[in-house]
Amino acid sequence: MKQKHILILGAGTAGTIVANKLVTPAKKYDWKVTIVDQCDKHYYQPGFLMYPFGRYDEKDLVRDERDFLPQGVEYLHDGISRIDAEHQRVELMHGDAIEYDLLVIATGSRVNPKETPGMDDGEWGKSIMTFYEFEAAKALREILKNFNQGIFVVHISEMPIKCPVAPLEFSFLADDYFKKRGVREQITIKYVTPLDGAFTKPKASKSLGHLLTEKNIEIIPDFNVERIDSKAKKLISYDGKEVGYDLLITVPVTKGDDVIGRSNLGDELNFVPTDHHTLQSKAHKNIFVMGDATDVPASKAGSVAHFQADTLVDNIIRYLQGQELVANFDGHANCFIETGGQKGLVIDFNYEIEPLEGNFPFPVIGPLRLLREGRLNHVGKLIFRWMYWHIILRGWPIPGISNKMSMLGKKK
Amino acid sequence: MANLGGKEVEVNEGGYVMHPEDWDKAVAGDLAKELGINLTDAHWKVVDYLREQHGQGIEMSIRKLGKSGIVDIKTLYELFPGGPLKYAAKIAGLHRPTSCV
Repeated sequence: MKQKHILILGAGTAGTIVANKLVTPAKKYDWKVTIVDQCDKHYYQPGFLMYPFGRYDEKDLVRDERDFLPQGVEYLHDGISRIDAEHQRVELMHGDAIEYDLLVIATGSRVNPKETPGMDDGEWGKSIMTFYEFEAAKALREILKNFNQGIFVVHISEMPIKCPVAPLEFSFLADDYFKKRGVREQITIKYVTPLDGAFTKPKASKSLGHLLTEKNIEIIPDFNVERIDSKAKKLISYDGKEVGYDLLITVPVTKGDDVIGRSNLGDELNFVPTDHHTLQSKAHKNIFVMGDATDVPASKAGSVAHFQADTLVDNIIRYLQGQELVANFDGHANCFIETGGQKGLVIDFNYEIEPLEGNFPFPVIGPLRLLREGRLNHVGKLIFRWMYWHIILRGWPIPGISNKMSMLGKKK
Repeated sequence: MANLGGKEVEVNEGGYVMHPEDWDKAVAGDLAKELGINLTDAHWKVVDYLREQHGQGIEMSIRKLGKSGIVDIKTLYELFPGGPLKYAAKIAGLHRPTSCV
């Protein structure tokens, strides 16, 4: 029998985790596994949030992608020009086309400043910036050092975005940073969102709503940007509302990779329609999708990719053995949220259940408190970077945290 | 509970219908009235589309709606002033767009 070939597209968080988890089953069932990525660097993306405020060095956040890929998985450093799902092959930018028996799409998502008129003109990288890419976060670090007065706007163009809570954390950290620099009183911080508030879940809103007033951050909700007048420095919404700024920190429209669009495999935003619980592509049975590339209504976050991996690997085995798939991915995500002043909080949630108060990961003991600010939660986020490089990318489980969300220790 | 479409319907604190099976056109009409909207055919095209997409497990955004061919974004704002996606979703008996917190 011909050896089965599993092809993984993308060696970011999701692709790397699944490559590591496939090593053992690949040996057992005699599969060949190949992973393709156009970029040879692996970034610790949660670090982009703190980097602009002078935290971390470049070496803390950037590593060689190959260092995290296992032996026994072939790595191709190449771009992907098209996925030809009908003929089960992937055309590369430089190398020969590759045929597959099973494809894992883990091509992620990225920000697209060109999607909003006026965003990507002469002011991009000057008075209009983002922290969602490393080079941008680096430039922002320099700009922030000299920002001493004026209107500082943190803005979300449109949902979904990666790590939905990051812009809010960015506002909290900015408040802290400007206070430390002694310039907070000359700076107005505004948070502009297309949603109807900074917090949209009742429990989180109740526990955390006070943070915004305490930190004197003005919320402008229900704002869907149509265009930016970069000369007059203002955001303009579809219904004609305007918000002026001196420095705009925006999260541009987030889309799946262009290759998804070129291959006709995505929705309007290049996200691949995916079964919420099995992670199989809705259009092609031998394509599975993971991480930010899917259209599932879970957060676009590394923790989600980590929790998806078991279901995905299980279903790869089942699919190639001709067995029925398991439908057990529940949308589980958990996140450390920075609230400034060396404090943080932890949230744990899934498709159905909103973030609740309680102790985490162990009932009663914690040590982390859910939905409550605390110093230990902030320390947890710092420890998390070590865990990311050493445990999570290897596809190993995190002690006390299972892939399916647990209700133990949580208050309804 | 709220009296919508001539019956008692369970709604959440934002006035959104809790149980999809309670929704019907009369309920939608009353939800729209609360928002100061009189439902026309143009409104119904949007509401029906949202329900159909939701039935397929697809999350909706303003941009997706704008690119759907059902309605352009300017018209969407004229139909549902102030917060087109959340108001259209509310009238369609769906949940409001949220984030993770």
